[in-house]
Amino acid sequence: MSTTLEGYNFAYLDEATKRMIRRALLKAVAIPGHQIPFGAREMPLPYGWGTGGIQVTAAILGPTDTLKVIDQGADDTTNAISIRRFFTRVAGVATTEHTAEATVVQTRHRIPERLLREDQIIVYQVPQPEPLSRLEPRRTETKRLHALADYGLMHVRLYEDIARFGHIAKAYDYPVMVNGRYLMSPSPIPAFDNPKMHRMAALQLFGAGREKRIYAIPPYTDVRSLDFEDHPFRPIRAPHACALCASTDTYLDEVITDDAGGRLFVCSDTDHCAERQATAQEAAE
Amino acid sequence: MNGLTPGFADAGLTPGFADPVLDGQATFRAVLEAMSRPGRVQRAGSALRPPAPLNQAAAAVLLTLADADTGFAHDAGVAAEAWLRFHCGMPLVPGAQAAFVLATGTPPALASLAQGSEEEPQAGATLVLQVNALTEGTGWRLIGPGIETEHRLHVDGAPAGFVAAWAVNRASFPLGVDVVLCVGDRLAALPRTTMIAEG
Repeated sequence: MSTTLEGYNFAYLDEATKRMIRRALLKAVAIPGHQIPFGAREMPLPYGWGTGGIQVTAAILGPTDTLKVIDQGADDTTNAISIRRFFTRVAGVATTEHTAEATVVQTRHRIPERLLREDQIIVYQVPQPEPLSRLEPRRTETKRLHALADYGLMHVRLYEDIARFGHIAKAYDYPVMVNGRYLMSPSPIPAFDNPKMHRMAALQLFGAGREKRIYAIPPYTDVRSLDFEDHPFRPIRAPHACALCASTDTYLDEVITDDAGGRLFVCSDTDHCAERQATAQEAAE
Repeated sequence: MNGLTPGFADAGLTPGFADPVLDGQATFRAVLEAMSRPGRVQRAGSALRPPAPLNQAAAAVLLTLADADTGFAHDAGVAAEAWLRFHCGMPLVPGAQAAFVLATGTPPALASLAQGSEEEPQAGATLVLQVNALTEGTGWRLIGPGIETEHRLHVDGAPAGFVAAWAVNRASFPLGVDVVLCVGDRLAALPRTTMIAEG
């Protein structure tokens, strides 16, 4: 059925590399939110295209898995299609566009709208794993700050937003505290998705290829978006209904339709939107 | 001599995984699931025939995760050592420096194993502890990340004073030791975040 590539190990990586990544993953699960260095390999696609996520996926994937890959919520973008095709060729695994059918979901910048289950694993592609990187560029120093759980810098940064704009002006990659101990970058998912990470039934794994870091959130773990008592965290969403499925509770993309200011808002999660449209059509018939 | 030859002959050296790639993957997923949902029992290594006193699950875990990069300490005797070193090639190191510690009898004190450092808590050891039986739904009440409300796990053959030692291990988070409990072809895990309450 599938034409698996000759001459490559199952899932592309060699076994020694997989063991190294697997050991890092297990320690990552044992220390929720803590970034663990790993020896990221050169992959057959450039940094920034999901090399960290791909290596994590390659280390966990088995022949009975069904893989879904999304890029900004969409199954049909170049990056998502390429990664799905990559794993079809090097591991011969089944792929799907339906969240409900997947056992492993690799994602760039979104969490699916449909609630993930206990038998699913979500793998995030992470460009910058260090939440403090913009505030403190020295790795040696951020390691120390994590060791001391000294996150005052980030609180000041959020406070400065409030002082300047009246609200926390961070719409994506909104920092979270994991299990009350580690400050963590949720990867550039919209702040809208942050609440989905809190006590999620599925295991969440994060891989950053260029930065060579792995981290994880076990299932049912507290994930709190940083905020202040008088400025509570608010997930941000465009105040519109989806132009295709009329949803008012999903994350929307703004699509420019012409040069005259025409635009429409559609669901970013293409699978969820298509499902809602199909259900609506069935109901109408 | 490299020390492997006598063991090879003595033990008759049974094979490792029939399919090192896929069996390793399946075992890893079992351990990942066990570590992600502490107290839930998984299966691994049913097809292995490791030399006594090594059990199938412990053998599978080490075949999957240990290699030349991981220091190893154990109490399992000559035959098991020869088998493991032949299949995994891990260097033997003192217990306090080992990434993987295998205990088939009374395990070393948790506090005597590698704890990691504040900056690199991931250097804390993984203790592979062979026990007599694992039963879900009764015994210890486990609470913590990976557990929705509570998981119950009865561990027959847990070392004396383990719960008290575990409380100390838990309290030193993020430093500490993670434990994989193995019996027959079944395993469960206790990551350092898990709290154990008795009764």
